[in-house]
Amino acid sequence: MNDKEQNISTGAYIGIWAALIVLTGITVWVAGLHLGNLSTITALAIATVKTTLVLLFFMHLRYEKPLFIIMLFAPIVTLATIIGLTFVDVWFR
Amino acid sequence: MAELAKTSEAVHRDYTGAKIGMWLFLFTEILLFGGLFLVYAVYRTKHQADFHTAAAELSVAIGAANTMILLTSSLTMALAIAAIRRSAKTASIVFQSLTILFAVIFLVNKYFEWGAKIGHGLYPNSPELLAQSHGTILFYGLYYVMTGLHALHVLIGIGLLLTMLILTVRDRITNTDFVKLENSGLYWHLVDIVWIYLFPLLYLIT
Repeated sequence: MNDKEQNISTGAYIGIWAALIVLTGITVWVAGLHLGNLSTITALAIATVKTTLVLLFFMHLRYEKPLFIIMLFAPIVTLATIIGLTFVDVWFR
Repeated sequence: MAELAKTSEAVHRDYTGAKIGMWLFLFTEILLFGGLFLVYAVYRTKHQADFHTAAAELSVAIGAANTMILLTSSLTMALAIAAIRRSAKTASIVFQSLTILFAVIFLVNKYFEWGAKIGHGLYPNSPELLAQSHGTILFYGLYYVMTGLHALHVLIGIGLLLTMLILTVRDRITNTDFVKLENSGLYWHLVDIVWIYLFPLLYLIT
């Protein structure tokens, strides 16, 4: 509960929403270019940008105490480690 | 005395604690869906061609439409919380109702999408699907489990948001006590984030 949060205007929320819609359009457009492996990377990169926008603004992380963002690293690092180690097995077995 | 009780109640409200609790729950959700994304990633590496042809069967239009619908519902959810903070009760009720409406539209689309696939004989363990390649069977298995688990979250979200709507109407959620609505919002945005990844991975990898 932070007062700074009060300062997000309706216009700012709509701006974030518009950015999310545009990024969705870009994802669909890039997928249509058939870039092969690169298309997966761009799709995931755009999805991560969208997720960051949702986390920071819609979920208010930008206006919370830093503790919330630090905590968020716990599941992200756990998941990245599990996925990373699994792929070491998949690729080098 | 009644005034004093009211003040001390306000003092003991722990918003940070309530929100940390909600985030910890969301972390378990991230790992739950994360496990499915891992299975998807590994099988996709092993059956790349099959996954590509199977994904091409899914309707990009319906997937993109559902993405827009969920993103818009996230906007109305955020606006509902902003409204209650400025004591705009009616606006908050309208935005909460819109969020629920978008969630219902999402599920209706999902019903038609699944219905069409099942109509073509493509459902887990169907004879038609079992006759196809191993990768295709895996893709559709993951498609049904991942979108199914996500749809279940949307359904639970509708129940949660209806509860919050009733609490707002009854003045149990107000501009000084809105953490329930805010935490419901956090849940709803996480459901949106899961779909942000599901959409390109299931529908767009051709």
